[in-house]
Amino acid sequence: MTISLATVPLPATINPWVAAAMIAAVVLASTTGEVLTAAAMKSIGDLDVIRAHSGLKGAIRAVLTCPLFFAGVFFLALAFFSLLFALNHLNLSLVGPASASLTLVTNAVAGKIFLKENVDRRRWAAAVLVCIGVYLLAH
Amino acid sequence: MVHHSLSPRQYLILGLVAISAPLGDSCLARGMAAMPAITLAHPGSLIAAVFTPWIALGIALLIGFFASYLTALSWADLTFVLPATAFGYVIIALLARFWLHESISLERWAGIVLITLGVGFVAQGPSLTQHPAPEAEESAGREPEEPKVETR
Repeated sequence: MTISLATVPLPATINPWVAAAMIAAVVLASTTGEVLTAAAMKSIGDLDVIRAHSGLKGAIRAVLTCPLFFAGVFFLALAFFSLLFALNHLNLSLVGPASASLTLVTNAVAGKIFLKENVDRRRWAAAVLVCIGVYLLAH
Repeated sequence: MVHHSLSPRQYLILGLVAISAPLGDSCLARGMAAMPAITLAHPGSLIAAVFTPWIALGIALLIGFFASYLTALSWADLTFVLPATAFGYVIIALLARFWLHESISLERWAGIVLITLGVGFVAQGPSLTQHPAPEAEESAGREPEEPKVETR
């Protein structure tokens, strides 16, 4: 296996559609995961309060008995492995900023639609500024 | 009731969220770059990657990130926590500049300024959207759709 892998050269220029699909997979999975996780944590309530009442074990139990949390973790794990896969084929300077910055915008949209968060002008402005900023910084 | 201010402890947790994610990602990147190309034909090699030192360290940092991230999400909106997460990139860039004496291009300085501005915008607003009973919504004075432009 190692010999065959070693003889396959790393693609210097990967098909842009394949690269876009890899990044889209990371963005889609992480947005789904983050929205589900956020919904789970909102349904559980303030963890600091829970911990004050029933200790760290109580807080951990509250999280681990929430089915929505595991749905979120599943998609976050999917996003993690798609990121590992993408990093192995594409440069960090492309995958990092592209997935991080796009996720900010998709999350603002998903947060408004699915979590009914009050995404006001301030938050839209922040999502766009941070999106461009992350891209510039990480590129 | 609108949550405008966070306790110092909550700021500490947001700080942990910000710093542990980019540090963990950097460790993962370093670890994965050293691996041979992984194909879908051999998905097992992705599992093996988990046990290499840099990737293991990256995962440990990301577990710390996840714990603080979950805590933050339990008392703040996703659209409030995420820009705070991005602020970690700024911290890392500034550490690289002043601690490791790496040079930062004009483009990156522009990125730092934009992220800081964005985080500043969000931090000025409430950290949590309240979904109160209708009468309470009136007294909170916040419209869910189009809030009045604040001049601050």
